[in-house]
Amino acid sequence: MARAAKMYGVSFTVKVRRLFSSKGFVRGSLAVFTFFLLWQIGSMGLLPFMHAIPTPIEVVKVFWEFLHLTKYWQSWGNSFLRVAYGFVAAQILGIPLGLGMGWNRNFKDLTYPLFELLRPIPPLAWVPVSILFWPTNETSIAFITFIGAFFTIVLNVLGGVSSIPRELTNAAVSFGASPKQIFWRIVLPATIPSIATGMMVGIGITWNVVIAAEMIAGNTGLGRMTWEAYLASHTAGIIVGMISIGVAGYVSSMAVKAISEWLMPWKKIF
Amino acid sequence: MQEVLKTKEADQSSRQVPECLTTEGALSIREVGKIYDPEGVHVEALAKCSMEITAGEFVAIVGPSGCGKSTLLNIMAGFDNLTEGEIFLDNQPLATVDQPPRPGPDRVVVFQQGALFPWKTVLENVIYGPVVQKGMSVSEAEKRAKEMLMRVGLIGTENSYPGQLSSGMQRRVEITRALINNPKILLLDEPYRAMDTITKGASHQYLLELYDLTRKTIFFITHDLEEALFLADTVHVMTSRPGFIKKTLAVNLPRPRNFSMLISKQFMEMKAELVEAVHQEALKAFIAGEREMA
Repeated sequence: MARAAKMYGVSFTVKVRRLFSSKGFVRGSLAVFTFFLLWQIGSMGLLPFMHAIPTPIEVVKVFWEFLHLTKYWQSWGNSFLRVAYGFVAAQILGIPLGLGMGWNRNFKDLTYPLFELLRPIPPLAWVPVSILFWPTNETSIAFITFIGAFFTIVLNVLGGVSSIPRELTNAAVSFGASPKQIFWRIVLPATIPSIATGMMVGIGITWNVVIAAEMIAGNTGLGRMTWEAYLASHTAGIIVGMISIGVAGYVSSMAVKAISEWLMPWKKIF
Repeated sequence: MQEVLKTKEADQSSRQVPECLTTEGALSIREVGKIYDPEGVHVEALAKCSMEITAGEFVAIVGPSGCGKSTLLNIMAGFDNLTEGEIFLDNQPLATVDQPPRPGPDRVVVFQQGALFPWKTVLENVIYGPVVQKGMSVSEAEKRAKEMLMRVGLIGTENSYPGQLSSGMQRRVEITRALINNPKILLLDEPYRAMDTITKGASHQYLLELYDLTRKTIFFITHDLEEALFLADTVHVMTSRPGFIKKTLAVNLPRPRNFSMLISKQFMEMKAELVEAVHQEALKAFIAGEREMA
């Protein structure tokens, strides 16, 4: 790997130079700039329907104020914790369940129908029942985020196990591997790419769900913060909330991506 | 031209090739039959398929798509059972009707699509067999693997992942991974099917070198008649489904084989003979509209 990197890798400065001189980058920047320009013009009352929306400059000002509030950072912390609880629980329960379903026919026959029965129920439809069932608000929101990521990860892992090329397991059997060795040394690593895909999709869903759940049932968090800004008719606050949620989702996705790359060194060739 | 070729051939036969010293890996395939899903669709893949393979022989099986070549190979590898007949390896029953399929490191398969473990490096792939059989310690296996990789010109790739290698190199690694187990037979299921002609040529050369070195029994399935003639001692033509051996051709080209043989008169004559035999079967299969099964 190190050898390949040396052969094909490009230094950071070269990468940056290439990026700035590429046509794609110039076009992209132009589009982003135009978007903000139109926003500014529109919210100055020069475009229809946009008079209620604060200008980007106002939003930046409010954002700056928010950055100095402890409550703002607490909202971040709360939402992140909920996502983390739900997401991690979904992985811990979902990965073994998917592996088990894919590996053992009997286990799949036993669990799959129930799984398919519950899967179509959207995570937010679980809100009332989870508020009733779980003792605290916190656990019910974490549970809803868990539901959001759980079904995706199970389906991905199950699909991954089922699509392992027959040749790989056959080869392992030929070399004298026992079923246990095949499970741990062949099936599990061969499923890692599917686990990674499941995690990637799952983290996105988790953020969607946590924000909605906070708006409905929460007292804290980025979703609640945005909702409260709406209730207070603080439009700039709403937009700050939206941007914060976007950034939070992006940061989480990047973290998950880094984890999956770390899990799959063989996928990262150049 | 003819003169030149003749002298070249004479020249080659004088080159020393180790006489066949192999004592293991004789196969006796006796009236093997295989029916898939006997109660339902009832597909008869093989019927009374018999052949004798001596120890250290390089055998190629050619035949139309779906004729049961791969079925036979899977039965020999122990991935599938047979429904009739029996197969003996060195006079020991390898597959019978009563015996459940039993794969083993004495007959390793190199697959058409390749079956290197993508998450393992070349070295980790090669040592997989010995380590999983607990025949060798990891360090011992690594030492041996490095020796073998050195011998086949793959040293320097041991820490790469298979995905970083060309298809030709991947096959070489795969064959090395098979050979480190010291198998009695190598089962090759169209290993060069997806390759371009040039890579294929290089791969043939490499396989022949390895064969001359080890003299393992090789059971090689292919669609490519030239490939079969160029590599093998004996070419068996299989009929369309249900498959059995229709024609057996002894390839009396000297070893080591050389690319100039590909255009020799002898080669052309043998090829013509094969083409005719295979073509009839291919037509039958085509008319039957059968698709590749395994």
